[in-house]
Amino acid sequence: MKELRDKKVLQTLLQAVGHRISRFNRGRVRIMEVCGTHTMTIHRYGLKELLERAGVDMISGPGCPVCITPAAVHEAAINLVAGRRDLILATFGDMTRVPTRCGSLQTAIPAEGSMVKIVYSPQESLALAALHPDKDVVFFGAGFETTIPSIALAIKEAAAAGLKRYAVLCALWLIPPPLKAILESGEVKISGFLYPGHVSAIIGLEPYAFIPREFGLPGAVAGFEPGDILLGILNILDQLEKGNPEVGLEYKRVVSPRGNRLALKLMDEVLEVKDAVWRGLGLIPRSGLKPKGLFSDWDAEPRFGLKIEADSADLAGCLCGEVLRGLIPPPDCRLFGRKCAPETPQGPCMVSLEGACLVYYKYTLRTESVKARTKKRAKGNRP
Amino acid sequence: MRASFSPEPERISLEVGSGGLLMRRLIDRHILPAFSNPYLRGLPDASHLPGGIAFTTDGFVVDPLFFPGGDIGTLAVNGTVNDLVVSGARPEFLSLALILEEGLATADLAKILSSIRKAAAKARVRVVTGDTKVVRRGQADKLYIVTAGVGRVIGRPDAAKIRPGDKLILTGPLGEHSLAVMLARGDFGLAAGVKSDCAPLNFLLPLWPQGARWMRDITRGGLATILSELAERLPFSVRIDEDKIPVSRPVRGAAELLGIDPLYLACEGRAVIVAPIKKAGRMLAAVRHHPQGRKAEIIGEVTKTAGRPGELLLATLAGGLRLLEPLTSEILPRIC
Amino acid sequence: MCLGIPVKILSIDENNQGEVDYLGTRVKAGFMLLDTPKVGDWVIVHAGYAISRLDENEARETLSLLREIAESEGR
Repeated sequence: MKELRDKKVLQTLLQAVGHRISRFNRGRVRIMEVCGTHTMTIHRYGLKELLERAGVDMISGPGCPVCITPAAVHEAAINLVAGRRDLILATFGDMTRVPTRCGSLQTAIPAEGSMVKIVYSPQESLALAALHPDKDVVFFGAGFETTIPSIALAIKEAAAAGLKRYAVLCALWLIPPPLKAILESGEVKISGFLYPGHVSAIIGLEPYAFIPREFGLPGAVAGFEPGDILLGILNILDQLEKGNPEVGLEYKRVVSPRGNRLALKLMDEVLEVKDAVWRGLGLIPRSGLKPKGLFSDWDAEPRFGLKIEADSADLAGCLCGEVLRGLIPPPDCRLFGRKCAPETPQGPCMVSLEGACLVYYKYTLRTESVKARTKKRAKGNRP
Repeated sequence: MRASFSPEPERISLEVGSGGLLMRRLIDRHILPAFSNPYLRGLPDASHLPGGIAFTTDGFVVDPLFFPGGDIGTLAVNGTVNDLVVSGARPEFLSLALILEEGLATADLAKILSSIRKAAAKARVRVVTGDTKVVRRGQADKLYIVTAGVGRVIGRPDAAKIRPGDKLILTGPLGEHSLAVMLARGDFGLAAGVKSDCAPLNFLLPLWPQGARWMRDITRGGLATILSELAERLPFSVRIDEDKIPVSRPVRGAAELLGIDPLYLACEGRAVIVAPIKKAGRMLAAVRHHPQGRKAEIIGEVTKTAGRPGELLLATLAGGLRLLEPLTSEILPRIC
Repeated sequence: MCLGIPVKILSIDENNQGEVDYLGTRVKAGFMLLDTPKVGDWVIVHAGYAISRLDENEARETLSLLREIAESEGR
């Protein structure tokens, strides 16, 4: 599929985007890309500016699990490893640098016999538990529906192996509910959605059906090559032109409309839906998952009696919440590029490799200073 | 736009060792103020001393000691030699200080010393002085090596002479050393047939009398970090083209699988050269003439017409232009 | 980590685990989330598990779509 990265092909696709937009002459098209990996790809290939020139504004949404996990959950993880002896906290790398009022996992001083261990899959955390039967092993499991099946598998395997000292601190998030919340709030003007590729490989197309049905908005599931993203945008423009919004599918080679039956079955077996509080979006009903039935023995929250207060604050001045809702682009946050930078992040959006703020900081040409943009915004120059 | 406010951390974090921004900060805030003299200005890889002598030093803490294509001994020789070469000096003499952990296998030490001997012969340098210390078990990790290198100046890198239109030559594919070390560590459960690119860069010495303006070998932090540091010092910007950068198939595969950008991967036998626009073609041919330089490419140029002064830009595959920042957080500790 | 690129299945053991290959680099993966995985299949791996199999017909369709667009833009 090298063509999806070919310079000439991409230029042709961008041309097609520009032509279609000028043809139906509706002003700027604003598309929210939900998935953090899409945000990263769009910026990494310089597509954001190229699309802007063609008439499409891309707005990044809440699809970064590190970013939308509230500070309170990170603080619970920190307190676990700092406050309990002989406990290994296994986690993905990004999570360790998220700043909270108690510092980060990276700077936390573990209790005696305890440590933070970076792993690359939930399987590795199970291996740790088998290797250290004398310690508690807690896996900080954060993810959307792409990662959730592998976490469910780990819980199932732990249960089958009787690993009594293994548990998962769950930060499991569902993609469709925040999209509903964003649309219902009416805060952001969106012409359509670019739906995540691999989340959709798991859940299929049906969970997004309410968006064209109840809100009349087009959308398309797109893959992760730059060509996939442009084809996805063309799909959305097609729907706009014809006036028939639906859940389009560009990523046909990987996503089947019904999703991954085995993965969904496994998730249903091990986990149940719960109400959850999201950073920036607050409480969203039925938007998270937790272990159910006998699997709840492997849930770290009841196991360790964790009281996770839903509304612990972000660091002063941090506007990650507004960025995650698509309200503001990262440069509009006053901390961006000043107090908040990759070496000194003030919020998770500057920590995660898929966080909008880090992506902007790393890739966007500094064609304007933050001052200049703020001036423009004050003058009311927003689309 | 770098953050102008950043609190001073109380303890040295592992990330400082990655060779990126945090290391720069440590050097700027603590190390440089302790020694102010003209030789340190611009932090050259090797300092040019009176009498036409170049002098450099280096420390080696790679883990594990042995990896496909080399070991800590090969690294120690080539790393030091290359610092001299890219600073405009013909390498001649090395010193070798060994810090050994109690319990290190004598056979391993013998193997490493043999590697040092072979690498020194290949790079035409002699080890003329040294020291050996042994510390208790647990107070060092098997073996650390500290070197100093002395060479004869044959050219003077001068970033002030760099002009818009000057070309950037990359001498070979990126990231093979990093991948070899990752494989040796068993990181991520990867397997591949890749050998470290660790090698001496003496074959680049003739480029100095031919008019090369500036050179640097691509170690920690990778190509992006090295070129960021160059761009920062210039009143121009530097642009590289994504589709011109040589990356071998296994490195491309491993990097994509892991979500790592090859532009940040360390090498130990690759350099980037700034060549005056009129001489670039000839210099590229000269580099390609040598077996180590067969895959060399012109990957970009110094420019006035894009971005702002001091910026490093990447022209992407999609035809867009974006910033290329230096490395801030450590991808792989103890890579060299 | 493990961004999810198409990789080829090299081996599958009796526990439904095995190795996948991408451009000559091999990595371990689990296949329990797939229906009847076979050696030689191209799959998407995420966090250590294959989550979907690549449909080669659909891949070809996507490439035809690209060519169609290129042609109509050419006019």
